[in-house]
Amino acid sequence: MLDHWFPKNISTYGGEIDSVFYLIFYIVGIGFLLGEAAIFYFLIRYRRRDGKKAAFVNGERWSQAAWIIIPTAIVLVLDLWIDFAGAQAYDAIKGEMPVSETIVQVTGKQFNWIINYPGPDGIFGTEDDLTKENDLYVPVNKAVKTILKSEDVIHSFFVPVLRLKQDMVPGRTIEAWFEATETGKYEIACAELCGYGHYTMRGFLHILSEEDYAAWVSENWPDTNSESN
Amino acid sequence: MSGATTVSEYQATHTVPGRMGIWWFLASEIMVFGGFLAIYILYRMASGGAWAEMANHVSAPIGTFNTIILLTSSLTMVKAFEAIDNEKRKQATNFLLITVILGLAFLGVKAFEYSSEIALGFTPLSGTFWAFYYALTGLHGLHIVAGVIFNASLLVMAMKGTLWPNTQHRVEYAGLYWHFVDIVWIFLFPLLYLSY
Amino acid sequence: MTEQKNAENGHSEELSFWRKYVFSTDHKVVGKQYLFIALFMAILGGVMAYYMRWQLAWPETAVPGAGWIPEPTAFGGIIPPEFYNALTTMHGTIMVFFVGMPFLLGAFGNFLLPLMIGAKDMAFPRLNMMSVWTLFLASLVMIASFFVEGGAASAGWTGYAPLSADPIHTGVTWGLNLWILGLALEFTSFLMGGINFLTTTITMRAPGMTMYRLPLMVWMQITAAVIFMLSVGPLIAGAILLLLDRTVGTGFFIPELGGDPLLWQHLFWFFGHPEVYVVLLPGFGAIMEILPVFSRKPIFAYKTIIWSTIIAGALSFLVWAHHMFVSGMDPRLAMPFSITTILISVPFAVVIFAFMATLWGGSIRFTTPMLFALGTVMTFIVGGATGIFNGSAPVDIFIHDTHFVVAHFHFTLFPDVFLGGFAALYFWFPKMFGRMMNETLGKIHFWVTTIAFNAVFIPMFVLGLGGSMRRVYNPLQYDFLKPMQGINEFITYAAIVLLLGQFIFMFNFFWSMFKGKKAERNPWNATTLEWSVSYPIPHDNFATIPTVYHGPYEYSLPGNKSDWQPQHEENEPVSG
Repeated sequence: MLDHWFPKNISTYGGEIDSVFYLIFYIVGIGFLLGEAAIFYFLIRYRRRDGKKAAFVNGERWSQAAWIIIPTAIVLVLDLWIDFAGAQAYDAIKGEMPVSETIVQVTGKQFNWIINYPGPDGIFGTEDDLTKENDLYVPVNKAVKTILKSEDVIHSFFVPVLRLKQDMVPGRTIEAWFEATETGKYEIACAELCGYGHYTMRGFLHILSEEDYAAWVSENWPDTNSESN
Repeated sequence: MSGATTVSEYQATHTVPGRMGIWWFLASEIMVFGGFLAIYILYRMASGGAWAEMANHVSAPIGTFNTIILLTSSLTMVKAFEAIDNEKRKQATNFLLITVILGLAFLGVKAFEYSSEIALGFTPLSGTFWAFYYALTGLHGLHIVAGVIFNASLLVMAMKGTLWPNTQHRVEYAGLYWHFVDIVWIFLFPLLYLSY
Repeated sequence: MTEQKNAENGHSEELSFWRKYVFSTDHKVVGKQYLFIALFMAILGGVMAYYMRWQLAWPETAVPGAGWIPEPTAFGGIIPPEFYNALTTMHGTIMVFFVGMPFLLGAFGNFLLPLMIGAKDMAFPRLNMMSVWTLFLASLVMIASFFVEGGAASAGWTGYAPLSADPIHTGVTWGLNLWILGLALEFTSFLMGGINFLTTTITMRAPGMTMYRLPLMVWMQITAAVIFMLSVGPLIAGAILLLLDRTVGTGFFIPELGGDPLLWQHLFWFFGHPEVYVVLLPGFGAIMEILPVFSRKPIFAYKTIIWSTIIAGALSFLVWAHHMFVSGMDPRLAMPFSITTILISVPFAVVIFAFMATLWGGSIRFTTPMLFALGTVMTFIVGGATGIFNGSAPVDIFIHDTHFVVAHFHFTLFPDVFLGGFAALYFWFPKMFGRMMNETLGKIHFWVTTIAFNAVFIPMFVLGLGGSMRRVYNPLQYDFLKPMQGINEFITYAAIVLLLGQFIFMFNFFWSMFKGKKAERNPWNATTLEWSVSYPIPHDNFATIPTVYHGPYEYSLPGNKSDWQPQHEENEPVSG
């Protein structure tokens, strides 16, 4: 049942995020159930009855305070466990960026995604760049580096199936990466309010097999073979 | 000061509420100016030569002169408070008068400074330094205006003689506020006038 | 500023209607004024929520009851995206700053604080009057912002720059300027209020009322006041800069002009997280009063609770960047902030465990205030627990800015502000208006509110995990959200029930005010000082200042015949 909560995961690191989520879910879920059950039990067990006086317990003595100190200590230990697991997953995603041959620049602009490929020379800002709107083509099973920029306000590059979300801040260049494990066409959404057209800021991620990607490149990128010949 | 304020027999402490209120007020003011200065310092650190170029155009001598004016006014404020404490009404009135005049002088110098800078083309739109310069000195200037009004109202009461016997403790509160505004300037002066 | 001739001998002279009910310096009247402002603004915020929910469930259809809104704000009840963004922005702003704070701090803080500490009024009654009228003005400014050209602010309640810094991005001109102005006035109002709370508590406690005999409500109010005072300053500075960017044309937050958009986020959240506790603590304070009364037991670990909340307050200044894990700030900052964030659950765990331990061994009576108090605790646990997900940096990458976050903060603030606030209102209503609220209606109100609330926000977690982004005008734009549209419709039905359920409260509130059963002086057999005075409480509260002999929660003392020991009575009460 839990699997139906998240969108499909086709990212190499998506599993890390999902598993930290489940770790927290089970820890917190069990704690939650125990807590609520204890409250319900107390409410029934200690409901007002004639002739029954409440106990005078003010929790100022250590022996009494232990009733909250021990559960709190357990909370602390579980917190540290969650922190530790989170740190590992975060490091895998945001730590060292893998070397990638595919580099794409995505620029947010009210209310479109401008996708830039460096072209055959691998350098942005040269004549052989390829610019597309809202359609991002990448190869499967390859680390892809995205250079995220914004022209006007803050946007957020969100690909649910990749578990990738990164704000694009005007005036800054922010890098993010992903590696897809399945081919297909998926949606890109803007996750940061960027104006009245925020909800229309939808793009598509086309994940192509190696051959399809090569075909797409040769079909779309400016032909440099003629120059070199 | 006892008897003049609301401290009465039933209260838990002997701290005068007014004085404590002023201190809490100043605490919140510190956070406003503290936040402002932190933002300023962060921007200053993040920027390079262009900033120094802009910051070179403020007049350090005028700034120094204004600093002296404010520091002197702090001194006369203390003197006014001292005179109140020693029941010297005439002296207190005079020192309040000098404080108000010095406050006005500070504003006059500031106005002159603004107009000469604007005449040279340095407006809040001339770059980040200038934007900060006008925002910070403007906010500080507004605090000076408020202080001058507060002090002047006490001065009028002192001249009419209505400051005594129930409201003379307000001179202490005005003094605390006035010192605070001075201290803010002590921070602003090097940060704005000597930041190249 | 400090003289209070009126407060000293106000009871002897008849005040005019205006001085008595409108421009009153009486903290009790001021408290009620806050209450009415908060309730009025809550209706506004609720109606906005309804418009938004309708749009999300049945996008771009005419909203029943929105036909009156003139063009170009809406078109025959159909809400355009610009207005939708304004609704989300203003709903958030109003609910946090104009409902949460006035309800819990303004109304109950002002009404109860002097009574609970045994003072005749606030330290600065005129400042107190000024603070409520400043809030009134701020509310008018906020409401007015809907009617200026370009509409109300629509850059989110967080007002992220540069969307908020330049009118060209949203088309909103004066609406957003007024939003800043209204917030500035609101901050001023609560700074004035905070100065009053702190000074009053420190200097004007009755003899015998030591700091460790203060009711926890008072502790929570002053802790909240300190947190607010220390956190809001930098945001005020930031708001000035934002207003200059918008009106003068400076570029503090505009990158092309040398500014930094992320700075605004740092300033906003440096305030924003402590602000959550500013709203939270007074609501908890009310719960801390109510649980012992209806369990007939002392609150468990009184001093530990005080210090836990102070530690939580201090920690709240070190967690702000957990709102910015995907903002583009240095990723190395994420883990330290993730750790402080998750650690903040520790002091709150202490408080929640203390609540539970208070119930243990009690003699629990399920009155309406108690039901609401228990509801607050039990639903808040969900809010607190889901915060752990958001606080975990890797998980936040996915759930940031989704409906998971929206559900999470509604699960923290709604139980606190509304369930806690209603608990407080049902509990202290007899002291405020001299009559009891109807118990049967109160209980119906409780069950409708809590069940409908859970029906709204539990499915919203699922929506968020499905990836549904917040602040999206029409979810049907995205194929991956379409399968979840049924959840959206269900949430909207539940939200409508939740809102309609509040009519039960409104009827009960006004009916009881005039026709309710006359209340005794101390209908709940509570121990704190406010129950020692009878309605109508005179302007100066206590004919003679009481002397305090006991702590605030001495219920069921061993050896006592009766199960309560009022703070101001040296020996046990005769009547029992």
